[in-house]
Amino acid sequence: MFYKPYSQEPLAREKDNTAESELFFRRALVMVLAVLLGLLAVGSRLVYLQVLNHERFTTLADGNRIRVQPLPPTRGFIFDRNGVLLAENLASYHLEITREQLQDLDATLAELRERIELTDADIDRFRKMTRRTPDYIGVPLRFRLTDEEIARLAIDLYRFPGVEIKADLTRHYPLGSLGVHAIGYVGRIDEGEMLRIDPGQYSGSTHIGKVGAERSYEDLLRGRTGWQQVETNAEGRPLRILSRTPPTPGQHAYLSIDIRLQAVAEKVLEGYNGAIVALDPRNGEILALASQPTYDPNPFVNGIDFASYRTLNTSKDKPLLNRALRGMYPPGSTIKPLLALTGLEYGVVNRHSGIFCPGFYRLPGSSHRFRDWKRGGHGHVGMDRAIAQSCDVYFYDLALNLGIDRTHQFLDQFSMGRPTGVDLPGEKGGVLPSQAWKRKSYNQSWFAGDTLSAGIGQGYFLATPLQLAHSTAAIAKQGVRFQPRILHASEDPETRVQTLAEPRPLPSVQVRNPQFWETVTTGMIHVVEGGTANRISIGAKYRIAGKTGTAQVFTLGQSEKYDAKRLAKHLLDHALFVAFAPVEDPAIAIAIIAENGGGGSSTAAPMARKVMDAWLLNKYDIPEPPPAPDAVPHEPASE
Amino acid sequence: MNLHRNEESWVLRLLRLDLPLLLGLLLLSGLGLTVLYSAGQQNMDLVVGQGMRLGLGFAIMLTLAQLPPRYFRFWSPWIYLLGIVLLLAVMVVGDVSKGAQRWLDLGVVRFQPSEIMKLAVPMMMGWFFAEKPLPPRWLHLLGGALITAIPFILIAEQPDLGTALVVGSAGAFALFLAGLSWLIMFILAGLLCAAIPLFWTFIMHDYQRQRVLTFLDPETDPLGTGYHIIQSKIAIGSGGIYGKGWLNGTQSHLDFLPEGSTDFIFAAFLEEFGLVGGCLLLTLYFFIVARALYMASRAPDTYTRLLAGSLTLIFFLYAFVNTGMVSGLLPVVGLPLPLFSYGGTSLVTIMAGFGILMSIYSHRRTLTR
Repeated sequence: MFYKPYSQEPLAREKDNTAESELFFRRALVMVLAVLLGLLAVGSRLVYLQVLNHERFTTLADGNRIRVQPLPPTRGFIFDRNGVLLAENLASYHLEITREQLQDLDATLAELRERIELTDADIDRFRKMTRRTPDYIGVPLRFRLTDEEIARLAIDLYRFPGVEIKADLTRHYPLGSLGVHAIGYVGRIDEGEMLRIDPGQYSGSTHIGKVGAERSYEDLLRGRTGWQQVETNAEGRPLRILSRTPPTPGQHAYLSIDIRLQAVAEKVLEGYNGAIVALDPRNGEILALASQPTYDPNPFVNGIDFASYRTLNTSKDKPLLNRALRGMYPPGSTIKPLLALTGLEYGVVNRHSGIFCPGFYRLPGSSHRFRDWKRGGHGHVGMDRAIAQSCDVYFYDLALNLGIDRTHQFLDQFSMGRPTGVDLPGEKGGVLPSQAWKRKSYNQSWFAGDTLSAGIGQGYFLATPLQLAHSTAAIAKQGVRFQPRILHASEDPETRVQTLAEPRPLPSVQVRNPQFWETVTTGMIHVVEGGTANRISIGAKYRIAGKTGTAQVFTLGQSEKYDAKRLAKHLLDHALFVAFAPVEDPAIAIAIIAENGGGGSSTAAPMARKVMDAWLLNKYDIPEPPPAPDAVPHEPASE
Repeated sequence: MNLHRNEESWVLRLLRLDLPLLLGLLLLSGLGLTVLYSAGQQNMDLVVGQGMRLGLGFAIMLTLAQLPPRYFRFWSPWIYLLGIVLLLAVMVVGDVSKGAQRWLDLGVVRFQPSEIMKLAVPMMMGWFFAEKPLPPRWLHLLGGALITAIPFILIAEQPDLGTALVVGSAGAFALFLAGLSWLIMFILAGLLCAAIPLFWTFIMHDYQRQRVLTFLDPETDPLGTGYHIIQSKIAIGSGGIYGKGWLNGTQSHLDFLPEGSTDFIFAAFLEEFGLVGGCLLLTLYFFIVARALYMASRAPDTYTRLLAGSLTLIFFLYAFVNTGMVSGLLPVVGLPLPLFSYGGTSLVTIMAGFGILMSIYSHRRTLTR
């Protein structure tokens, strides 16, 4: 049966069923042997466990049981770049119930209710958690017991086996609402998060970073869970620890924001909804990230009550919205320096070429007048004056000559229309329109009028304050870009060794001639020195390059005139300003949006000056709050 | 070797079943139900439910045994293609459960297309090699490898490593049975051994290495899979030679043994029936596999031989990986103990496989073409 039918293989083999059948039989025999070996291996393993180690395992199984207890790590602190404490852990006490040791849960809850305040929400949450946890694991019933409550409970706690007061650490944000949109907060792990986290790493942990740096640096701040094997008696009470792997505490995080600058930014913006983002153009570090209104993160840590949450969530000012990363605004005239650069790059305009501005622009063959913000027009303007005076007609013409797709292609290099990749969660990408984009989003073709609107940063164009600050920083550094980031350094809590976060370079913006940067920057300097934001250069000890912007919230009819006094506040224009300074060696790039703030030059530009003074001249005394928006004199239309 | 089957009863011949194999399967299922009653905290509903699934499984086996193997051969490529299409569909529209995308919801039923592949890959391999001279040539080997690799990758992507392992092994078994030369096997094994350290040092990230280490030695992760293994070993070890007796297992009854009625039912069994019971059970598995391989070697042509052989070896793979995992010999891969663990999905596939085997054996006097 085992002999080989061929001593030598024929050149063209035919199928030979007899030979193949024998081949299969031999192979099957090998497999039977393999199967036997495999089962013998399992069998000898059983001998090893059940005969040789029987005694040991019997001891473990009898009388005592082994349980594994997680040892959650201590969360790292958060500091600002100078080491000012922004988030810490405070000791607090909560009430925990281990159902295994309880006779009657409902009776116990009723009795506890007579001693301390227990809301229906507490009990609901408790019952929900009990469904997911084994009986022998304690489930928290009430968090943040007051001293008085602890005293009241302590008297007769002995009467309630299975009910314990436990100490734990609660996240606390000592500065309250200051910087909340950058720092974020932690909260209890919810059901959605349960699904995506590693249950082993989070066993014993109740909290997780929800927003802001607390969320994006969750892994850094968290540390690693340790564990101990304990022997317990039949009721599940731990008797002794068999082995222990201590947890690794989380790293401390040093954010790149300077909390003093943050305070200045939030202060100058007070009274408006809006955002201020200040970046260091040399490395992309976020120096301040303000979004108004703000809110206090502390109530979120252990579950904000429903009424307060609803108030925050339904408020029309949307305090929970991080406008700096998630607010998408028409960039208005602040886009003009980038468009000028695009025009230079494609050779559509040059430094000297100019047009005549009669105060309006008409598309060939159309009677529709696209208006300039200045009714009488600017007369003859070249690029420099077009930027400094924010001449709309110049940019209508430029945008039309460029075409939207070339504009799209070039501005894409500044991360317009897509997230910058900042290390904070939830960043939006804005909209950088193109023909393809419009077809995809609206299933409509692109019109010349759309190009004109885009030329003054209106229409479909949307950008976040972070994107505006980022592109301004890119101009400041002549095309060199860094990913904006909030982490300055991390620190090992035990060794105190700090690790600086590396700047993360992004692809640079390439232009044919580096002179183009100078041309655009000069235009931006003239915005501040003699242009639309002339006032903020007065008394400045350093030189600023900037650009004002005013974004229309609603569209005026052809013959209507913008009259701030007659408009409701929520229809007032958004005030924008972007700038960097000092011009010679830029150390700060800033973008400001004050919703319904009226004019960029009157409202937003002075805010930028105060923030830049603070950063560059170390002037942290904040003068009186900015004037109420109603009192702001308004310049007509987009300046 | 010359077993003449004249004494075979006419009933079994009519039903086209093989008596020794049928008895083995029935014995295994009966034992499984008995253990399940104890491991499932004496919950009769559990036993009845599993009994009904087993009934369904045996019914499927009986039905498939009636079909002549040429039908399977005719349908092989289509079933395989359907399986691939469904796997692709799962990638696009599948339900995510426990972090992996495996389920396809057809409105009425939800099922895992990867389950089809456990039958379709052996069928397709048999179909592919049916008319090709064996041992296979290089080009044909490549074809066979491709047939296996495509579903393997699709399933591993879901990710469902257990099933991917089964499907990949099914193809490997078929290649081995087709006469893949020992030289090639040694070369492949050598290459694999050489590639692993390179992969380990140059390509993998730290966290990936950590995961593999935990996978290989689960006891370093006592919060996750390690807890299962620790408790499982205590259950097995405390059972001793003769066991604690039926319904007397403490580990399983006091809820210390996780998954005691599903993936870890072998531990519950060993706790109560000891080493003696364990050896009997392993012998029973050996008997079933040996009998099935014998039946496969009696098959008339390449298609039926390869199909029957690899189906049998898949069954063995389940038993081996599960018992090895539960006793801490192998890493934790979520494969059930066939005909023993509570649960229906893989049971149906396994019984369908035995149905095909019965059909091949009882139709052995007719060729598939």
